[in-house]
Amino acid sequence: MRYLPLTDADRESMLRCMGISDTDELFADIPAQHRFPSLEEIPEALSENRLLQHFRQLAAANGHEQYLSFLGAGAYPHFIPEVVTHLSAKGEFLTPYTPYQPEVSQGSLQAIFEYQTMITQLTGMDISNASLYDGGTAAAEALLLMQRKSRRRRILVAESLHPEYREIIAAYIQNLDIQVETVPMDKTTGRVDLEALKSRLNNETGGIIFQSPNFYGVVEDAGAISEIAHTFKAYSTQVVAEAMSMAFLKPPGEQGVDMVAGEAQSFGLPLGFGGPYLGFMATRAEFLRQIPGRIVGETVDREDRRSYVLTLSTREQHIKRERATSNICTNQAWCAVRAAMYMATLGRTGLLEIARANHLNTAYFAKQAEGLPNVEVVFPKNFFNEVVLRVKGIEVDELLSHLEKHKILGGVPLKWFSPDYADCLLLNITEIHRKNDIHRLVDALGGAR
Amino acid sequence: MSAEALKYTKDHEWVKVEGDIAVMGISEHAQHELGDVVYVELPAVGDSVSRGDALANVESVKAVSDVYAPVSGEVIEVNENLEDHPEQINKDAQGSGWIAKIKLSDPAEIDQLMSQEDYQKMIS
Amino acid sequence: MNTLPDLLFEKSRPGKTGYAFDCDPLPDTTETVDPELMRKDIPDFPSLSEVEIVRHYTNLGHLNHSVDSGFYPLGSCTMKYNPKLNETVAAFSAFTSAHPYTPHHLVQGNISIMRQLEEWLCAITGMQAFSLAPAAGAHGELTGMMLIRKCLAKRGDPRRIVLIPDSAHGTNPASAHFSGYDVREIPSGPDGVLELATLKEHLDKDVAALMLTNPNTLGIFERHICEIAKALHDNGSMLYMDGANMNALMGIVRPGDLGVDVLHLNLHKTFSTPHGGGGPGSGPVGVAEHLIPFLPPPVIPKKETAPPNYHIPDSIGRVKNFYGNFLVMVRALAYLLSLGRHNLRKSAEDAVLNANYIRCGLSGSLDLPYSSRTLHEVIFSDKDLPVSTLDVAKRLLDYGIHPFTIYFPLIVHGAMMIEPTETESRDTLDHFIQVMKEILAEAEADPEKVRNAPYNTPRRRLDEVRAARHPVLKWHPKEQE
Repeated sequence: MRYLPLTDADRESMLRCMGISDTDELFADIPAQHRFPSLEEIPEALSENRLLQHFRQLAAANGHEQYLSFLGAGAYPHFIPEVVTHLSAKGEFLTPYTPYQPEVSQGSLQAIFEYQTMITQLTGMDISNASLYDGGTAAAEALLLMQRKSRRRRILVAESLHPEYREIIAAYIQNLDIQVETVPMDKTTGRVDLEALKSRLNNETGGIIFQSPNFYGVVEDAGAISEIAHTFKAYSTQVVAEAMSMAFLKPPGEQGVDMVAGEAQSFGLPLGFGGPYLGFMATRAEFLRQIPGRIVGETVDREDRRSYVLTLSTREQHIKRERATSNICTNQAWCAVRAAMYMATLGRTGLLEIARANHLNTAYFAKQAEGLPNVEVVFPKNFFNEVVLRVKGIEVDELLSHLEKHKILGGVPLKWFSPDYADCLLLNITEIHRKNDIHRLVDALGGAR
Repeated sequence: MSAEALKYTKDHEWVKVEGDIAVMGISEHAQHELGDVVYVELPAVGDSVSRGDALANVESVKAVSDVYAPVSGEVIEVNENLEDHPEQINKDAQGSGWIAKIKLSDPAEIDQLMSQEDYQKMIS
Repeated sequence: MNTLPDLLFEKSRPGKTGYAFDCDPLPDTTETVDPELMRKDIPDFPSLSEVEIVRHYTNLGHLNHSVDSGFYPLGSCTMKYNPKLNETVAAFSAFTSAHPYTPHHLVQGNISIMRQLEEWLCAITGMQAFSLAPAAGAHGELTGMMLIRKCLAKRGDPRRIVLIPDSAHGTNPASAHFSGYDVREIPSGPDGVLELATLKEHLDKDVAALMLTNPNTLGIFERHICEIAKALHDNGSMLYMDGANMNALMGIVRPGDLGVDVLHLNLHKTFSTPHGGGGPGSGPVGVAEHLIPFLPPPVIPKKETAPPNYHIPDSIGRVKNFYGNFLVMVRALAYLLSLGRHNLRKSAEDAVLNANYIRCGLSGSLDLPYSSRTLHEVIFSDKDLPVSTLDVAKRLLDYGIHPFTIYFPLIVHGAMMIEPTETESRDTLDHFIQVMKEILAEAEADPEKVRNAPYNTPRRRLDEVRAARHPVLKWHPKEQE
């Protein structure tokens, strides 16, 4: 077997060297009655050509590639330059371990240092970590960080946070002494209800966690939310599920936000049926000793050459053990390096241009949709690249069915998540959608009865 | 500060009594075991502590070490110099590397601390 | 300070561009967005040409040691070869372009992949069901402990304590603590394994579970595991097995048969998916029947035509967005299919053979703290070593060999944990043994030489104290003159 370099001759002579006659002796500690299970349900090895055939069949069982998709809701289709795919595939980035021996890991370490820098530039924050698992767990980690730093057990969570992120937060805190309360959305604007926020804040609230653009695609007034939180000495965390929005919208750091956490899949990672993605977290300097996850720092080696190293490791759980304040060891480092490659390739002008195209395409669709009798853009102001579409005169399922016949995936049905929007779809339009794709969607929507 | 004047705990803290104030830090031995100190998390002035409570922690590159209150009382002063110069603990653990000053609530606790001799015996 | 190689920001020049994407011209108006919400620029963000980007990352790559470039015997990490075929398969557009919210009937291939992987993992481990959601080992541990807690709570008997041996990885107590438990550390026995008597000493009605790594972090099989499982079960407690070291057990024994209630696996260790410099990984959690009702969503039903299930009334709740690290699962499945039944066992056998061969080759030169039989990894201590374990590790770098795991587990002084894996040739092992002997001899003859290693690597020893005392965690533009 090509992954097993030992030959039978090797095995024999190695056993002899060790004074053992049979490999089975190596496993003498295994309880005899359970040793060497038959594993008869497991098939025999597939050769390379047969394996490729097997996976081609599996791939063929996926029909989605035939469709024009407007699915978003936390995972976004973006253009990925070929250069990013090629560079990230290099074995030098794909196959090392965590860079614990920095002398031979400067490639990974510098790439992550550059990633950290770019994240701080986009968010307007002081520090970024080297990645978390995904947006949902990043949101949960941010909530825990607010609780820890404030030493207050009560945290407010905006209703308009991605439902999966809210579920993950609930799972993460279920065995901890933390109390979470929801702040409702203003149904006319789609934004966090600021009056409700004020009334729910008190001196026992550690912070507020809100998403912008939120799950319904609406851009929040992060400055107003943060200001209100700060009057109670509570922290303000902005969650970002669509990282591309950060190249279009004012940085959270310029709006009084204390920390930003979320999902950076949009930066060069394929949709990949949900993963691996890229959780990110960036904070103000005061959270330095508390921020979870790995961090790369700059230093010198003994020949005074600038070098990079994992630092502030004592925050981490493999050191803090039962006093650990977060749960992350292996993270998504390769994804962070790939995101850095993406951000570097698009660069300053590219990222601004592509982000802008996301919005212009979505705004164009919203304008075209105005003319349709059976749909309505629910929040026509302050969106980035997602809109909620109310469906009138026809059941949502029927409309989706109709669109599917036209080979269109018309967005995520919000009845999966929210009874208030059971008659709505969440549509995402990015730079990859062409003008005629948008018209195709509009025509198909118009033709549905 | 002469080592003989100090009292010790089994967790490697030292105490110097000045009237009803106990100055404390980690011992020379502890500092040596820890290696280069990179960060000290100090208690807050005004905190009330009981003997044995976690008071502070001292971080090296690879480890975090809890520092426990050797006596009960109120933290009246902390060595803020350690915020920018944590290495002071390595340079002079039992002198200018002091961590906190505690106003004793129960002076009798001093008698329960180890003498320098007993501490030396313990660490050898 | 010598600052080569330059950072992206230092190479950046305005006006350069690395991409070519064209959008259809559409009305260029942003009237629907309040102007104060928009950004105008991303100051100091880099601009480079494609050529410069390729050279930048290619040259960075050259500074990395990787499995692709050389021996990487990190204990408990299982740095085995990452098959390129798996990369090809994981890059199929049918997999990479699939949105996780795609209607199920259009992604039957993907759902099959997850189902097949779960079947394989059940067959290999003897567990009844798996959640593929967790993104890494620590994430799997957390999920597993949450499952235990929910199950016991549902029985009306929540309990407070989790027992953990002193040889455990730090993520074990961290995960237990995160699940609301108090941790009680229990000592390993003189043979390096957990003694039944020790367990019983600490077992009371407050104990929810024991977390056991098997083989443990000393590379030793916990041979009392069956009696331990029984004692736990008789006490109403459960057995969590940390499966990070599963590479020694594939085709050799099934943890489910030994009485394990819940375990996690590391696809990026045992199942060959690449470590990527620190992830992404995948940490599936396998459970016994009684824990199935508490699994996190989504659950992939065994029935071929049934869609993923999101409504699990007693679930611990969602632990990860969407399905988990799907493209990592694809690689793991490709690996398992490539290996097949007989090579599973053969891989474990070769892994154990290789580790014992190294043990044999070096036990004359280094102190072996435990004489017990070891499986896929071996631990030496730094007893009587004229230099430190760290020094030996750094000197290995000069030979193009990545060091073993150092200073873990904590119960061995100056621990050197060596795990060669099965994907190394005998020549590689012989070379490693010879190099170690050379370094040890050098440590006697010229210890300063070893203490100042490495010499031949892209960087020599770094000032880690400075990095921690004066953290510089991002690039800053130079101050204007």
